[in-house]
Amino acid sequence: MSETVKVPTMAEYMAEGKKPEVLFWVGCAGSFDDRAKKITKAFVKLLHNANVDFAVLGTEESCTGDPAKRAGNEFLFQMQAVTNIEVLNAYEIKKVVTACPHCFNTLKNEYPALGGAYEVMHHTQFLKSLLDEGRLRVQGGKFKGKRITFHDPCYLGRANNVYEAPRELLQKLEVELVEMKRAKRNGLCCGAGGAQMFKEPEPGQKDVNIERTEDALQTKPEIIAAGCPFCNTMMTDGVKNKEKEDSIEVLDVAEMIANAQDL
Amino acid sequence: MQYIPNILFVIALVAGVGYFAKNIRKVIRNIRLGKDVDRTDNKNERLGNMVRIALGQSKMVRRPIAGILHILVYLGFIIINIEMLEIIIDGIIGTHRVFSFLGGFYDFLIGTFELLAITVLAVVIIFWVRRNVIKIKRFWSAEMKGWPKSDGDLILYFEMVLMTLFLVMNAADLQLQQLGAAHYVEAGAYPVSQYIAPFFEGMSTAALIMVERTAWWLHILGILVFLNYLYFSKHLHILLAFPNTYYADLKPKGQMDNLASVTKEVMLMMDPEADPFAAPAEEESDADPEKFGASDVLDLNWVQLLNSYTCTECGRCTSECPANQTGKKLSPRKIMMDTRDRLQEVGANIDKNGSFVDDGKQLLNDYITTEELWACTSCNACVEACPVSISPLSIILDMRRYLVMEQSAAPTDLNNMMSNIENNGAPWPFNQMDRLNWSQE
Repeated sequence: MSETVKVPTMAEYMAEGKKPEVLFWVGCAGSFDDRAKKITKAFVKLLHNANVDFAVLGTEESCTGDPAKRAGNEFLFQMQAVTNIEVLNAYEIKKVVTACPHCFNTLKNEYPALGGAYEVMHHTQFLKSLLDEGRLRVQGGKFKGKRITFHDPCYLGRANNVYEAPRELLQKLEVELVEMKRAKRNGLCCGAGGAQMFKEPEPGQKDVNIERTEDALQTKPEIIAAGCPFCNTMMTDGVKNKEKEDSIEVLDVAEMIANAQDL
Repeated sequence: MQYIPNILFVIALVAGVGYFAKNIRKVIRNIRLGKDVDRTDNKNERLGNMVRIALGQSKMVRRPIAGILHILVYLGFIIINIEMLEIIIDGIIGTHRVFSFLGGFYDFLIGTFELLAITVLAVVIIFWVRRNVIKIKRFWSAEMKGWPKSDGDLILYFEMVLMTLFLVMNAADLQLQQLGAAHYVEAGAYPVSQYIAPFFEGMSTAALIMVERTAWWLHILGILVFLNYLYFSKHLHILLAFPNTYYADLKPKGQMDNLASVTKEVMLMMDPEADPFAAPAEEESDADPEKFGASDVLDLNWVQLLNSYTCTECGRCTSECPANQTGKKLSPRKIMMDTRDRLQEVGANIDKNGSFVDDGKQLLNDYITTEELWACTSCNACVEACPVSISPLSIILDMRRYLVMEQSAAPTDLNNMMSNIENNGAPWPFNQMDRLNWSQE
């Protein structure tokens, strides 16, 4: 990750008196988590490659408040939301894309009632729309024919009924897509949602991510595809726990598309 | 003297229906103890959901074996109840098979009821075997010990007995018809009970009438007892599934409501014009400040309370819950059972005292522990699994809100996460000014 990528900010756009086509909401994981930063960069490369006119908030972005809300701190959530909405509205943002299903759900569903109504897309939906418009090329490359299973993020799938966009992108990569026994609306959580990412699990027999990794391993995949930075962490840890990290990669759908094109 | 059976019948009917109505009024009153939430919008979509999910059982069949078996019992239950109309008229005015003038159509009806009755009997036996012989895991979880287990079995026994009585009654009737007994008009088709009738071969007319009358009375009394049993059991879903699917949340599952009381405070804090030293408005200063979240059933909204009465403890939620499957204490079904049990307790308290008198108990801790609440990943698997659109998750979230906002009782790790968000706008301790550093790395 030594290469720098050109990432325009809203402040720069504003200074030039321009407005981007879409705001890329990077999210906390995408900004700070070493693994998730790779996903962020891969997505930015795809945006550049498709000549998407985008910008980020940069230092003006702040947590959407999702983990606070799910933990029960509605106060902190709404403080975050109202502050973010002030920034977004000041820039007259109309369309937002994010690679984090938690940010996606919160921005899309919980911000409108607080004064922040935007068209919000998950990055797999956005990439799919670029594909449909002929702006993005997706080809198999090194993934062609590989056995891949997709783990549905709860906040993309059950929470918002988005199941097909990531799968359609994977199909375009000419992979052999195999579903886990629990997939789509029956998909099992990775264990990170509801603010669990930030705490130790309650006592039990097993960690949720291990249970979910076992689901994935049953499909004998070469790659576990994910669409959420938190799922990515949980599944990566699960694969390590099963000592399969040499044979199975956990990759975001955006990373796979970017890698396939050697971006 | 000849009117004694009619009088006894009317008394039994009025008492049975009356006592049930009294208890149902209690259920409705208890549900109305909940906080207000507006579910008057999108009437067509709501109606559609009710028709599809409750009437059409669309979510039941996601587990095909249990789903199809359930549909058979459900159809049997509804259709056989048409026969109740005849039984009630016969009972009140002392006729016998008052609809027999329908001729061929009557034969068709009775024949259909018999086929359904034997189907229901068979399915109920399969259900019993699933619970007690195969011991399907979700029927043997911790919260199913004791009464909930007996309750589930009792309902099955009720149905077995009622169906058997119905068929025995018909068999004796058929035998009497063939003997040409007075009063027993030749009517109806008996595709099932014709195989029971031979057991009555050689019995006197008087003895047969005894059997027929006994079965007839036990059947109708059994139905009245079963009707009244509903209130004391988990079985209210046969009625409440309809309103419950109608009033269910229509928003995307990931969307959790924004607490209006919090919005008010937040807007005030963000308003540069607001006077921080202003005296509270007249009406506000008298009232208790609004409580954030839920520690007891009265803090929940009426749909959540309706949910709790609707739950029939099938356990599909718990069997899909990631926390439960990995051995954590959380069971979404238990959340619903606890809410209902506590609501019943609060209702009994009101019955006794006229209004609720503090009993030193609450839903939190006395029923639901914090360990259960903190194990939830908010993944919505329980909500997706419920065949009648119950949301255990919304209760879990409201109780977490109470823990965090009223008691500051979040686990330490979560407190750290939240102070990071407050201080630097991310759940981890990274400086907000470094948010774009990734582009330079």
